[in-house]
Amino acid sequence: MKTFRIGGVHPPENKLSEKQAIEVLPLPEVATIPLSQHLGVPAVPVVKKGDSVKTGQLIAKGEAFISANIHSSVTGTVTKIDDVVDTSGYRKKAIIIKVEEDQWEEGIDTSDNIIKECNLSPEEIVEKVNEKGIVGMGGATFPSHVKLQVPKGKKADFLLINGVECEPCLTSDHRLMLEKAEQMMVGISIQMRALRVEEAIIGIENNKPDAIKHLRKLAENYKGVSVEPLKIKYPQGAEKQLIKALVNREVPSGKLPIEVGCVVHNVGTSLAVYEAVQKNKPLIDRVVTVTGKDLKKPSNFMVRIGTPALQLIDAAGGLPPNTGKVVNGGPMMGKALNDLESPIAKGTSGIIVFSDDESERVPMQNCIRCAKCISVCPMGLEPFFLGLISDKQRYEECEGNHIMDCMECGSCQYVCPSGRPLLDQVRIGKLNVGKMIRERG
Amino acid sequence: MNEVVLYSVLSIGGLGTLAAIILYFVAQRFKVIEDPRIDLVEEKLPAANCGGCGYAGCRNFAEGIVKSGSLDGFSCPPGGSDMMKDIAEVMGLEAEEKDPMIAVVRCSGSKQEAPPKTRFQGLNTCAFAHSLYAGQSGCPYGCLGEGDCVVSCSFDAMYMDENTNLPVIIDDKCVACGACVKACPRSIIEIRKKGKKDRRIFVSCINKEKGGIAKKSCKVACIGCSKCLKECKFEAIVVENNLAYIDFDKCTLCRKCVPVCPTNAIQEVNFPPKKNRKKEEEKSTEN
Repeated sequence: MKTFRIGGVHPPENKLSEKQAIEVLPLPEVATIPLSQHLGVPAVPVVKKGDSVKTGQLIAKGEAFISANIHSSVTGTVTKIDDVVDTSGYRKKAIIIKVEEDQWEEGIDTSDNIIKECNLSPEEIVEKVNEKGIVGMGGATFPSHVKLQVPKGKKADFLLINGVECEPCLTSDHRLMLEKAEQMMVGISIQMRALRVEEAIIGIENNKPDAIKHLRKLAENYKGVSVEPLKIKYPQGAEKQLIKALVNREVPSGKLPIEVGCVVHNVGTSLAVYEAVQKNKPLIDRVVTVTGKDLKKPSNFMVRIGTPALQLIDAAGGLPPNTGKVVNGGPMMGKALNDLESPIAKGTSGIIVFSDDESERVPMQNCIRCAKCISVCPMGLEPFFLGLISDKQRYEECEGNHIMDCMECGSCQYVCPSGRPLLDQVRIGKLNVGKMIRERG
Repeated sequence: MNEVVLYSVLSIGGLGTLAAIILYFVAQRFKVIEDPRIDLVEEKLPAANCGGCGYAGCRNFAEGIVKSGSLDGFSCPPGGSDMMKDIAEVMGLEAEEKDPMIAVVRCSGSKQEAPPKTRFQGLNTCAFAHSLYAGQSGCPYGCLGEGDCVVSCSFDAMYMDENTNLPVIIDDKCVACGACVKACPRSIIEIRKKGKKDRRIFVSCINKEKGGIAKKSCKVACIGCSKCLKECKFEAIVVENNLAYIDFDKCTLCRKCVPVCPTNAIQEVNFPPKKNRKKEEEKSTEN
């Protein structure tokens, strides 16, 4: 079975909500829609206090090239545009809407009919995706219209669809592949059309045999689309690792996947592209896994953007009394939430509730040079050394040792027997090296 | 036997002489003329190599002074004005009188005033905590309490107060080199005038959020109410972005702004206790 070449770990999967079908969560009372839900420049609001908005209406415009439009996920009145603590841990601008009965913007097809025909030109598809504010749903939230445009002089050979879901605990992509597969397939064919590629490969880890079987059956009707089962290994869902695993090409350091003729999109993004192009529906909801060992009912919810995280936890049985930490995203790469009222954004794939014991870090001890971190680093770096020199503020040396290639998967910190905060140290190094590079111009 | 000794003495001696002659000419040709004043100036410097002057070390600083031939723009914070006078003597110049400076921590968000709402686990440095979130109290401008400034101080002039979880600067040891200012990711520490009799008045908060939000995370935050601005007769106070700032060059240390602050964000240091205020407080406690 295929996989990437170096490094990787296999943490316990704990996919508790695997068998739970996607439930539609009721609308929140107040929706808080952050203006910065994507990589790049925050969107600029086009509504003001007191305006009434309909579901699917444009409320903030992404004006820069790397930015994305934001649409209202609910119907109601804008009560204020204010700073709210979001998943970044800081107060950022958000549009706050008091929710009324759902009323969709005209032109959006909310029926369940699947429209397979698509005769738009690649440019028109990109325009639609841009207009509807689609971003990468895997977690990095890179604006999709940028990824669907092949730069001049480059050619895309493959469209790779990421259904790996290598993060433990998360099951949102898995459920999507089972429940919305047909729509997703149309989305993939639209993406192929936009990129002018003949071949698309869906990569799925082998712990999801039902999804592999289901998609293989559907793929027979779509020319050029194939499904590839992959060995279970974290971080296979990372762009560079997935390319290595599926087509055995290596993205050079500091370059983008298009350099080797590949474009990678998440399964969730394919579904969003389908809805945007065929149904005119902007990105206003997403599937979020809510899980945790002590949670009464780990579930997968279809949630409107802007719903407070606490509402999801309540719907999954309420916050257990021994909660130590609530993480936004996967357990490996996610970030602890500061405030349970923080809204669900376009990139929120999961809300994980950890108990006190689970969330406690191991006390830090000295590095014993066991080199476990080196053997698991999927980028072939030396995390212990990078951590050391970053701690000593030798940032030039960090850059020379390719610290910027680190994608912060956290495998090194996961295996470290001394409980050293390797990823934390590397992050500080990356921050400072990034600053250095920007200053250099 | 004797011959062998003789030859070797002669040949080694000859080689030595030859090398000495070559070295003599080379030394003449590539002689580095160094101003003797550099050594003299360096002797006067504190030799802490703290970098507070902006140079790589004390030697580098001395070279800079001698090279430029004037004392404009040169100041050694640890040495102070007395030492600069000595250097001026060596250089045959006159030193400007400079006010002594000191580092000041502009945050009073202690554990008690700004109670922690979250718990932090991870790399225990302020730089990392700053990259992650607003802080345990929720104030995005306040002290993170991990002590990057204490680590950066080469003069042992700082320590973390365990009761408040804030850094404390020891007046007698601080030389205002500015290392802590650079180490703090939130620029909380400022180099201010030491003041007459070490007396200082400053706004101990840098929170630029609106009053209500700032007050939510910290009881002693500056809320930008401008009461102090109205009280000040010397135009020493500026209120910008919901935050008051006292200009230490204009401040006359009259202390009128201190009692009007509704959140006690303005701090006075090393003043004798005010008699009137004390009486008032006593009255209020009696009532």
